[in-house]
Amino acid sequence: MGVVMSIEEIVGSLDSGMTIGIGGWGSRRKPMALVRAICRSPLTDLTVVSYGGPDVGLLCAAGKVRRVIAPFVTLDSIALEPHFRAARQSGAVEFTEYDEGMFMFGLLAGAHRLPFLPTRAGLGSDVMRVNPGLRTVRSPYEDGEELVAVPALTTDAALVHLDLADTRGNGRYLGPDPYLDDLFVKAAGRAYLSCERMVEPGELGGPPQTLLVSRMHVTGVVETPDGGHFTERGSGRERDEAFQRHYAASAADPEAWAAFAGRFLSGDEAAYQEAVRRWHEQDGDRDHGRGEAR
Amino acid sequence: MSASSAARAEICVVACAEAWRGDGEVLAAAMGTCSILGARLARLTFEPGLLTTDGGALLTAEPVALGAPAGAVEGWLPFREHLWLVQNGRRHVMMGASQIDRHGNTNISAIGDWARPKSQLLGARGAPGNTIADPTSYWIPRHSTRVFVPAVDMVSGVGFDRAAALGPRASRFHGLRRVVTDLAVLDFATPDGSMRLVSVHPGVDVERVVAATGFDLVVEGDVPQTRQPSDEELRLIREVLDPKCLRDREVRA
Repeated sequence: MGVVMSIEEIVGSLDSGMTIGIGGWGSRRKPMALVRAICRSPLTDLTVVSYGGPDVGLLCAAGKVRRVIAPFVTLDSIALEPHFRAARQSGAVEFTEYDEGMFMFGLLAGAHRLPFLPTRAGLGSDVMRVNPGLRTVRSPYEDGEELVAVPALTTDAALVHLDLADTRGNGRYLGPDPYLDDLFVKAAGRAYLSCERMVEPGELGGPPQTLLVSRMHVTGVVETPDGGHFTERGSGRERDEAFQRHYAASAADPEAWAAFAGRFLSGDEAAYQEAVRRWHEQDGDRDHGRGEAR
Repeated sequence: MSASSAARAEICVVACAEAWRGDGEVLAAAMGTCSILGARLARLTFEPGLLTTDGGALLTAEPVALGAPAGAVEGWLPFREHLWLVQNGRRHVMMGASQIDRHGNTNISAIGDWARPKSQLLGARGAPGNTIADPTSYWIPRHSTRVFVPAVDMVSGVGFDRAAALGPRASRFHGLRRVVTDLAVLDFATPDGSMRLVSVHPGVDVERVVAATGFDLVVEGDVPQTRQPSDEELRLIREVLDPKCLRDREVRA
């Protein structure tokens, strides 16, 4: 059963050198409040397992990452993640590049205590070349087909962000897509759940199939209002496109990034949320002319 | 509104739609504006059995305008189900490519040496699985020698030579259907699976396509023109599927 923790307590329980799974997909329902807290922590040398978005970008920019394991890193409405690109192009991070289906099979294997799962995805592609550790396996039946044996993607800890959670660590998603968050949680040694809103046990409501994450897999849960910002969430909170554009534009230039980091990332989560609110009031809508109301 | 007034982007939308002709009841998975419009146009006209999405996790009851809410829904396809569907095979995907070679190997991962790329792109995304498991086509909005290269820097999507090397069993679900660009339609209907020029878009000559292609293209006899949209297709594109003319941002007139 999960216990209610603070952002700082969760991040404080992680260690340098760990392999961390991060839920969500691209720039969608990412546990950004926890990611931001890792960025300002002394943690380093992390291996990050993610359908990558600004979580991977921010952690790369903060120098927290040794290796990224991902099928892609994208901001969705902005195709390429500038910090991840810079980190790859400067050789600052190592990269395990998988097909996105392979990646799911790795999570499925990890979630079900299997050493690997077979799939066709990857055969014939350079994913096999750039991951020389990947092996194939031959079907023991008469078809004798050779398939990729995707190794289990187990992690030391998983961080996922859901729209609703209760104080025990049960979590519910409100959008149309659960992503692979339940698999991230099950494939992890321990899992931490952040949520837009926390309720008492029994008050999660909704159709039961939206109860994606069970307390049996959760170590700690924290309420982080707007903690998924600036990524898309399912609770009627669209991606903050204006702010994401500001993030991406800033990330492309060292001076602009220093200003961005100073303004938004130098304080705690409450300071971040306040700085974003002020940005929308002062600069966002004027500078971009398309700033969405938050 | 006459067919002769069709803009290049509209020619491209119809050429993309043609990729799904004859596919029946499969998911038309599309990436890129003209490709998405093509999938929805095909469903509205000659391939009504196709399934199309809202661009997200919802299978829409009817094709909707680009960027519009899903409206009535007939199915649910979150990413996990989409990834399973790739394995299941009732799907024909039209992807983009930053590089493509004569056998249809494609790269969306990185330009330059993979270990330390000159330009990091998306990552392999679903390209390896898509190409080995499902019929695959490509939509490339800028036909140029930067994209059509002798050899791709990283094989994200598997071409015919790579598939053949895997043997008939492992490659039995591989099949590249067509490549649509802003200049032409191409396919791989040659003995060794080399890329062939199928048609050039109105206003484009064969020499221009050859010059924009960084490898030897198979050109057989007189190359026909890509077909014009019908009046009804133009109406559907302009009034129903893309009233905001987002297609013109992808392909210049």
